[in-house]
Amino acid sequence: MLLIYCPYCEEERSELEFRGAGDAHIARSTNIAAISDEEFEAYFFLRENPKGMIFERWRHIHGCGRFFNAARDTVSDRFVKTYKAGEPKPDLHPAPATAATVETYEALEGDAQ
Amino acid sequence: MSGANRIAGKGRLTPARTARFTFDGKSYTALQGDTVASALLANGVHLLGRSFKYHRPRGILSAGPEEPNALLDVSRDSARRQPNVRATVQEVFDGMKVESQNRWPSLAFDVGAVNDLMSPFFAAGFYYKTFMWPKKAWHGIYEPFIRRAAGLGVAPTEADPEHYASRYAHCDVLVVGAGVAGLAAALAAAEAGARVVLVDEQPEVGGALHFDSGLTVNGQPGYDWAQATAARLAAMPNVQVLTRTTAFGYYNHNFVALAERVTDHMSNPDRKLPRERLWQVRAKRVVLATGAIERHMVFPNNDRPGIMLASAGRTFLNHFGVAVGAKVGVYTAHDSAYEAAFDLKRAGVAVAAIVDSRQNPGAEVLAEARRLGIEVLSGHSVVNTAGRLRISSMTVARNGGGAAQKIVVDALLVSAGWTPSVHLFSQSRGKLSFEGEKQRFLPGTYAQDSLSVGACNGTDQLQAAIEEALAAGELMARATGAAGGNAVSLSGEAAFEWTGGMIGASEGAGPDTTVKAFIDFQHDVCAKDIRLAVREGMHSIEHIKRFTTNGMASDQGKLSNMHGLAIAAEALDRPIPQVGLTTFRQPYTPVTFGTIISHSRGALFDPARKTPMHGWEEAHGAEFEDVGNWKRAWFYPRAGENMHEAVNRECRTVRTTAGLFDASTLGKIEVVGPDAATFLNLLYTNAWDTLKPGRCRYGIMTREDGYVYDDGVVGRLAEDRFHVTTTTGGAPRVLHHMEDYLQTEFPHLKVWLTSTTEQWAVIAVQGPKAREIIAPLVEGIDLSPDAFPHMSVAEGKICGVPTRLFRVSFTGELGFEVNVPADYGQAVWKAIWAQAEPLGACAYGTETMHVLRAEKGYIIVGQDTDGTVTPDDAGVAWAVSKKKADFVGIRGLKRPDLMREGRKQLVGLLTKDPSVVLEEGAQIVADPNQPKPMTMLGHVTSSYWSENCGRSIAMALVAGGQARMGQTLYVPMPDRTIAVEVSDMVFIDKDGGRLNG
Repeated sequence: MLLIYCPYCEEERSELEFRGAGDAHIARSTNIAAISDEEFEAYFFLRENPKGMIFERWRHIHGCGRFFNAARDTVSDRFVKTYKAGEPKPDLHPAPATAATVETYEALEGDAQ
Repeated sequence: MSGANRIAGKGRLTPARTARFTFDGKSYTALQGDTVASALLANGVHLLGRSFKYHRPRGILSAGPEEPNALLDVSRDSARRQPNVRATVQEVFDGMKVESQNRWPSLAFDVGAVNDLMSPFFAAGFYYKTFMWPKKAWHGIYEPFIRRAAGLGVAPTEADPEHYASRYAHCDVLVVGAGVAGLAAALAAAEAGARVVLVDEQPEVGGALHFDSGLTVNGQPGYDWAQATAARLAAMPNVQVLTRTTAFGYYNHNFVALAERVTDHMSNPDRKLPRERLWQVRAKRVVLATGAIERHMVFPNNDRPGIMLASAGRTFLNHFGVAVGAKVGVYTAHDSAYEAAFDLKRAGVAVAAIVDSRQNPGAEVLAEARRLGIEVLSGHSVVNTAGRLRISSMTVARNGGGAAQKIVVDALLVSAGWTPSVHLFSQSRGKLSFEGEKQRFLPGTYAQDSLSVGACNGTDQLQAAIEEALAAGELMARATGAAGGNAVSLSGEAAFEWTGGMIGASEGAGPDTTVKAFIDFQHDVCAKDIRLAVREGMHSIEHIKRFTTNGMASDQGKLSNMHGLAIAAEALDRPIPQVGLTTFRQPYTPVTFGTIISHSRGALFDPARKTPMHGWEEAHGAEFEDVGNWKRAWFYPRAGENMHEAVNRECRTVRTTAGLFDASTLGKIEVVGPDAATFLNLLYTNAWDTLKPGRCRYGIMTREDGYVYDDGVVGRLAEDRFHVTTTTGGAPRVLHHMEDYLQTEFPHLKVWLTSTTEQWAVIAVQGPKAREIIAPLVEGIDLSPDAFPHMSVAEGKICGVPTRLFRVSFTGELGFEVNVPADYGQAVWKAIWAQAEPLGACAYGTETMHVLRAEKGYIIVGQDTDGTVTPDDAGVAWAVSKKKADFVGIRGLKRPDLMREGRKQLVGLLTKDPSVVLEEGAQIVADPNQPKPMTMLGHVTSSYWSENCGRSIAMALVAGGQARMGQTLYVPMPDRTIAVEVSDMVFIDKDGGRLNG
């Protein structure tokens, strides 16, 4: 069970209090009625599925109810940083504070070293 | 006397404290503290089961949780019965009933043993190539037979009457395993001032100290030192020691789950005690001291009862005081097994010989063996065994060929070395590294804040393990902010330094053989099965595992993984690290479902949400249906009525007189602020600026992709205040959707949202007499048709309490929805009922509500829509503003697929035979005689018998439906084809005049 730091409550709380809300920093065009089919497809459907750092949204639904953003490593589930909605995407380098990114189990099996 | 094989003066159990139990109907005496395994061995019983596939006689292989063979059915009574219990873990309690499994008619004579003779047909993966012909035989013959034959134990049939508890715990340092290393780490962390939880799966701490009698710590026998240390720790205020507790899962962010067995060892447990307790521990730091598990040797017929791990032989002798045989052989590739021979010899048990497959055993143990007069055959192997229900002899030959000799034994202790227990480390997402020198996987890169110490970290030498553990304990404590304090020093001495160990098949079970040399005992997987898998083209370890089922049983490969890997690597001609390991998954050992579920079952599984009028509805005979977590009155049967009769009566009564309906469950959101209208304009398809205070409008909410997401009537109370309603099921997600846009897309808007679903009780009064019913009770609102037309809202009082009164209708009749603060709901309902009943009105439930709205063609989002239906498809395109510059869904609606011809559109369906009621979900076709697969035009979304229409009615999504008015289509059903005519969705009062009553 994940521990997530709510930047509004300024506390680490268990995953049970939160609800995932998809990728962060997906901008909705201010003139969305005029964008092309390709632009709409990219906005609404297309998402990266990174092995490594992802920037995503969470909502503290059983707490303060606010939406906020998080930088999380999708392999180790380590939360590198959480920050308030509206704040800019932080400039983070792929390597988090501790040891090198952990391989997935599939890779583990292929090259346990 | 608790068994002929109990040796007086040996073991740690108290001879005077006995317990009685039965095994396969026969009564035995055990000592308190015995496991079922030790008690049966004490009584000379070695045959405990029949193997899964071949039904080979099997006995006890280990003395711990890694046991793959001795799985038994253990019961207190018919309800408190558990199959597949490991005899080596289950403690005996007085009155216990134990049965063997997977045999008929008896353990000693099992008809299933024919499988062993037919084994060439049951090689690994046989079911991928069999049971396919003839096709029809599958349902009638093969499947029933396989179902009966499959599995080991038999599941209990009665509900579990036990209760289980659950708790959360937070600590600074969690230490998993209370062997030497774990106790040392816990001691160091505790003395440094950290809050420590120490957990061990056995009833007593000590780990390997249970069997390792030659080991001392601080001059004390290891086991005694362990008990004293545990007592010392338990007495510290900052320490919690949990025994009989398995850490079964390591999850994210140092969240570790423990299963504590509270009463399974007790004869007459207090009914107040939970059977098991789940601990969900969040630790700042974790120290893994999970030790190592001995593995067996892979050689022909290595599975007979009486063949067991060397350390198990030592455990049964040194801890339980039981000799596993009278003439014991040893077959080993590791020094540690020698100590088993030494212990037995010193206890007066004859040791036939130590067969060591290594050319050069460790010098120390070799010398001791000679001193004790035990024969050592180094460079030799056991190439076969004999004995049907118990081992009777071992056949020994010099490595590389040579004359074989038969040596009589009644027990054979085996050891191929020790496998570090890295399960929890791996579950923590740590990366393993392979140590080639000792052929083992060890913790490599950590993913979480934890450390491994002792045997599980490859630190075998005793003092080195102690130092490592003390350092880790203190380090972890300091890392959590503990102040530090008394340093701990310990000094340990082992009898011998062990060398050796191997993985893979031994002599006689190599690539050129087809013998039964077992790797995985529980699934009957042999060395040759791994080679077969490779020949069949399985080249990844995941495929080899699944093809052979190696490591997939309840012991999860604790003994078999490394052997299987070595044999696969040899067959693939690849180094072991390249072949890799399969994934370690939670739980480490089986966990009872009850422990995970705890109290969340039956009535406590889900919260039941009830409206303020629930009591009245219940008292008036309502049947309830579940709508999400809500209990909603479904229909109100009167004496002698079935559901259809009740619903028909309610439907008639509402349209001729009136009815009362509890609409409290519908979502309500108070939208307030200067930008309230602007915000609603963005979230709904409608234009809200033109809605004047005091008026209501039916709103459609689409998702960004243009599909209908929710709907509901919205009332405007003031310039800056709207009372928004949603569907019952949609309430939480609509509010969440709104908050998402408000907080993250339009944060500049001055508007705030409040859920008021539970704050308002809603009493719908619908029917020609609706005004007559509520008028006497309402104050402050002019209810006349001109002052309060259809789709109005006003604030006033009813029965003296505040009300928001809506004139809205989901029935198509003159109707009102009386909103009062929830606490007044039942009282106001009763007052309205007192007006309504004398006039002949009735209470009606959700079933009638569904029928009446369908008669008027009103859609229900989630029933007539399914997330792929646009407003135009649903016939509500009129609700979509053409003037707004932006709303959620504006762009999605313009996608080519949402604008094309031929989309499925909601229409009405009238069955040609009016008495036939269509089934919801039924498919619709144009030509009933076309070949299969048929072209399906759509499906029936809502279907009812309409008492008011005197016939059935239905709504359906049909491709190009609006252009098919009057067409005949067909609904193919399993037993007949039903002809229908496409019609308008409004079946009653097409002009809508009744609304304006």
